[in-house]
Amino acid sequence: MKKKLIAIFCATLTALTLFSGCGSKKSENTLTVLNYGKYIDPEVLELFEKETGIHVDYEEYITPENMYTKYKAGAIDYDLICTSDYMVEKLIKEGQVLEMNYDNIPLAENLDKAYFDFSKSFDPDTKYTLPYFFGTVGILYNKNMVDESKVDSWDILWDKDYDGQIIMPDSVRDAFMVALKRLGYSLNTSDEKELREAQELLLKQKSMIYSYLVDEAQDEMIAENAAMAVVYSGEAGLAMDYNDNLAFSVPKEGSNMWIDSWFIPKTCTNQENAEKFLNFLCREDIAAMNFDYVYYATPNTKVVEQLDPDLQANTTIFPPKDILNNCEVLKSLDDDTTTLYSELWLELKAYSE
Amino acid sequence: MVKKSAERIYLTLIFLFLYLPIAVLIVLSFNNSKSRVYWGGFTLKWYQKMITSPTIMKAFGTTIIISLASALIATLLGTLAALGINAMKKRNQTIMLGATNIPMLNADIVTGISMMLLFVRFTRLGMGTVLIAHITFNIPYVILNVLPKLRQTSKYTYEAALDLGATPLYAFFKITWPQLRPGVLSGFLMAMTMSLDDFSITYFTKGAGINTLSTMIYTNMRKGINPEMYALSTILFMAALILLLLMNFGPSAKREKASK
Amino acid sequence: MRNLKRQLFAGPYMIWIVGFILLPVVMILYYAFTTSSGSFTVSNVLTITHPIFFRALLFSLKLALVCTLICLVLAYPLAMILNNMKNGSQGFIVFIFILPMWMNFMLRILAWKMLLSNNGIINTILGFFGLPDLHIINTPAAVVLCMVYDFLPFMVLPIYNALARINRDVIEAAKDLGAGNITIFFKIIVPLSMSGVISGIIMVFVPALTSFAVSDLLGGGKVLLIGNIIEQAFTQDYNWNLGAGLSFVLMIFVLVSMTLVNSRDTEGGANVW
Repeated sequence: MKKKLIAIFCATLTALTLFSGCGSKKSENTLTVLNYGKYIDPEVLELFEKETGIHVDYEEYITPENMYTKYKAGAIDYDLICTSDYMVEKLIKEGQVLEMNYDNIPLAENLDKAYFDFSKSFDPDTKYTLPYFFGTVGILYNKNMVDESKVDSWDILWDKDYDGQIIMPDSVRDAFMVALKRLGYSLNTSDEKELREAQELLLKQKSMIYSYLVDEAQDEMIAENAAMAVVYSGEAGLAMDYNDNLAFSVPKEGSNMWIDSWFIPKTCTNQENAEKFLNFLCREDIAAMNFDYVYYATPNTKVVEQLDPDLQANTTIFPPKDILNNCEVLKSLDDDTTTLYSELWLELKAYSE
Repeated sequence: MVKKSAERIYLTLIFLFLYLPIAVLIVLSFNNSKSRVYWGGFTLKWYQKMITSPTIMKAFGTTIIISLASALIATLLGTLAALGINAMKKRNQTIMLGATNIPMLNADIVTGISMMLLFVRFTRLGMGTVLIAHITFNIPYVILNVLPKLRQTSKYTYEAALDLGATPLYAFFKITWPQLRPGVLSGFLMAMTMSLDDFSITYFTKGAGINTLSTMIYTNMRKGINPEMYALSTILFMAALILLLLMNFGPSAKREKASK
Repeated sequence: MRNLKRQLFAGPYMIWIVGFILLPVVMILYYAFTTSSGSFTVSNVLTITHPIFFRALLFSLKLALVCTLICLVLAYPLAMILNNMKNGSQGFIVFIFILPMWMNFMLRILAWKMLLSNNGIINTILGFFGLPDLHIINTPAAVVLCMVYDFLPFMVLPIYNALARINRDVIEAAKDLGAGNITIFFKIIVPLSMSGVISGIIMVFVPALTSFAVSDLLGGGKVLLIGNIIEQAFTQDYNWNLGAGLSFVLMIFVLVSMTLVNSRDTEGGANVW
């Protein structure tokens, strides 16, 4: 018996020593970037590698909650992350974000100051973030399938005429935003009663939903598999280019204005490289490539100036002031509300009639 | 006669069920329109796009490296383990085989998560962690293929060779190995197939920037479908077809049949 | 002495078992029975009794059973037909049925997505003949259909192998003793192919019960299986303890049901396949 114990002990020790050899050792010249899906032109990454000799390990995620988990898991040391307003705020509050050295990003002056001001809602002293893209959330609809006179209100998403033809976002805050706005509440409410009311509304809607999707919604709309979808403005712009039957509307009850920014997390091992990458992204030709690929509103004034006047006037991609003024930016919530949100969301996803 | 034609019809229906989806992908891969329904003329542009896409080609390379390396290492470890287990007492054999069954019976998602929890504790996720995870679920397939062959071989021939003055190594390669070879080979192939097709375990153990075809297609599908994926399907299907044809009807397969 | 030396060949694998099979299971146990701050709790495991989780488990069980049953019903006759074919063409036919397995799992899901979409290929064809549309994408039906497609070969092959092992003489003998076709089928073929059926059931049931990718991609975010809940606990909610607790429940659940299924198979417990 004793012999066996010793054998097991030895085996465990050997197994543990094996680990030291198997981890991915990060070389000096590597940059690990975490970003939303479909949110950078792959050629930009190649160009950056070619020009600087820095190798980029590029990783993608679907929703901000997804990103938070990936980061907190600590399984990968990220050097640079791009995510949405409220999630940046949460991580700043948790002390997970390093101050950015803007001196190393001289090309940041290409970015419109107005968006740094917008960002003040989550980065009050402009110390941590660099804006990347922004936009609103609205309804992308098929003109042949939807009554256009009704599409100016979130109410249409509860209209029995469109049973089984509606796509809702598969992301907690975005889905609740729709219900909260329809009820006339703030997106950032932490009032349990209001949130439960919103959930009630979403439960009622579930049987009419074609699917809950994030990035794929655009694809389904182009293929005309559904009549309408709640999507980000840029996504709508791209879809409308592919299919002329599609149009976009930001409902009159108001919506969410979001701004996605880069930040440098505490796990960063080479801040200089990260800043080099950010500077590269601000360069006019690179930002233009990314704009062409992503098609969301860019804060880069140099890029916007070069655009075709038609495109500059495209209100789907570049939301006009009056629409933006009717929109709210998502704020990070306290822990109790976040837990409540996950519970309500799980209940919604598990619900069936 | 009625029975015969009923059988035919049944086979045809199942055949259609199995191949219709694949046929659809193949046809769409030549479609000169992003639409999934309408035919926009013949094109090879998706193939060209696929070959020039760094994401797809990188995932392709990673997949090949991981499945080949994991299958090779698993075959080596597994064959040795089978030799060892075969020499053990009955009770110890049962214990070893019980442990071997754990990754096979456990759900993929549980295996993947358990390995992730372990890796996160002690190291960082990367290519190495995926490789270890793949080797782990590959070894059982090798052992379960080699062990039966080993039990069939008579140990007296081996011992007779030793008595006649052969070194153990020489006796092993002259006597035991030829009988083991088919088992080792099928174990290797099975391991490689499982590794190629795995999604869940890779999904939970992969590091930044590392994608196998499965995880790459998964993220890609969640973002909307690119026609390059159809081209990729066609290529993979053709590769599997050719590989299996060679294995089943190639010269070496014939020789093996003849020797039976 | 020589024997002991030969046993040492299993050494590297023993280290592997401890490091990468047992230790990971220990990690699951550790997370399952602790809170995020590290103190002992059973609440993670007990959450399975919460109506939402329990319903998801039952629902997954239902889908997995339906899927296994469909696979069995489709596969058994198929395996019999294959087994009765002439030797020459047999190899080729079997080959045809395993070929789709070699295509990537994800690409097979993709294919079904193409076929089943509201505006997809099947509906276009139905529309062409003036038939009503088929709306099963983003429903449990689509998930089951795709799982059957994915796992059917796993059912066909073991049954086929078991049937192929049945000695023809036994059947001939039964015939000579006056048994009819039905008697032969139920008294000889079915019992002798049982080991294959059991392997097939295990190989289909476990992945069907625990899959999350199929329901994720074909369920449109509306089909929540136990696999999806576990996946979300790890990738969305950052609640590893809960995820590990549920994984533990799933692990026990699978092991118990496998032992139950397997207990009928008396020849050596280790021989699962």
